[in-house]
Amino acid sequence: MATTFQSSLRSPADASENPVPAARATSALDLIGNTPLLEITRLTAGLTRPGVRIFAKLEGFNPGGSVKDRPALGMIRAGLERGDLKPGKVIIDSTSGNTGIALALVGTVMGYPVELVMAANVSRERKKIIEAFGAKAIYSDPLESSDGAIRMCRKIIAENPDRYFKPDQYNNEANARAHFDTTGPEIWRQTQGRVTHFIAGIGTGGTVMGTGRYLKSRNRSIKVIAVEPDDAMHGLEGLKHMASSIVPGIYHEHELDDKIPIETEDAYEMVYALGQVEGILVGQSSGAALLAAIKVARGLKEGCVVTIFPDFGDKYLSTNLWIGWQAWNRERLPQLLKKWNP
Amino acid sequence: MSVRVRVPTPLRKFTAGSEEVAAAGESIRSVIEDLERNHPGMRERLLDDKGEVRRFVNIYLNGDDIRFLDQLNSRVKDGDDISIVPAIAGGR
Repeated sequence: MATTFQSSLRSPADASENPVPAARATSALDLIGNTPLLEITRLTAGLTRPGVRIFAKLEGFNPGGSVKDRPALGMIRAGLERGDLKPGKVIIDSTSGNTGIALALVGTVMGYPVELVMAANVSRERKKIIEAFGAKAIYSDPLESSDGAIRMCRKIIAENPDRYFKPDQYNNEANARAHFDTTGPEIWRQTQGRVTHFIAGIGTGGTVMGTGRYLKSRNRSIKVIAVEPDDAMHGLEGLKHMASSIVPGIYHEHELDDKIPIETEDAYEMVYALGQVEGILVGQSSGAALLAAIKVARGLKEGCVVTIFPDFGDKYLSTNLWIGWQAWNRERLPQLLKKWNP
Repeated sequence: MSVRVRVPTPLRKFTAGSEEVAAAGESIRSVIEDLERNHPGMRERLLDDKGEVRRFVNIYLNGDDIRFLDQLNSRVKDGDDISIVPAIAGGR
């Protein structure tokens, strides 16, 4: 059975109608979405049954460098449509980075100033990228993680409520909707409707909720599975341990078929493996996503497992992700994957 | 030696919600052992199976990352400030 899984770079508005990539764009915003799907074959050789395939959607190809370009654009467009965002207002939100970068990018292109509250321990690269897009960074206490940034952002808005438009990615259904409108249809089309399992990490829940909802609307038997850190104290930037976090308003756990906890160190090792074996450098949330995808895939007789790689790894080169990585080599891979025997 | 340890939100379930606890020890390693005695569960969150600091945990002694000092063997003095900071910020 010959199957082609197409990749393309087109405007999200055209996602489901026009399969031809745009040869050129007139705005960076036109390049959001339509990211390629990469089949993971080398890392998983011999691990899964012949009828099981694993694909990763490479969201690092978005112009802001992450999956967050989609909800940022969706939430700002929704704000404009509702009249909540209008000239003279400042876009503000709490974000540990990728959403900040995306809001900064979209705000700049649309002509709105952007202010972002983030814990002071987010990676240096992210802070610089945000500032490079002309946005203002405001830092909260690193000991209080993203919950501290959420609280500080609320306080800033409360002091001057008319000045700000807060996309509020944790509670804005336009976040999940962006994935329903773009990520979901793209995966459906790229797998020619063959996707059986969709797996994504939970940060706000937007990706897993919106994409999952779309895929289930096309085929109710598709399983939607979330990935989360195994403990409150973790190192998976971008992901939330739900039991110990402020639960986002757009996160509806009852819509999920399953939730898989991942240990930070395992996800880090998977990042090293992806670099050295598949030739793709990603962030730690992608390592966690692939481990969960492998776990699911190994239990299947046949299936098409699709996961999301939220970003590439260049933003994390100065972070703890790379502490001690020199000791890793591909001989450690079987040991890592052994844990994931069905 | 008595030191003050600042505890990040994810570990406050072990300290009955306290942001800061007192601990005793001659080195960061012995301070962590003391934390474990008084707040069981802390050590496993901070150290891996080999007894090394987990990669995603940063420990600061008076503002300096112990990775740039003498790691877990860094000596502590009476009144020193130790901060435990997760290397990431969660959420997106």
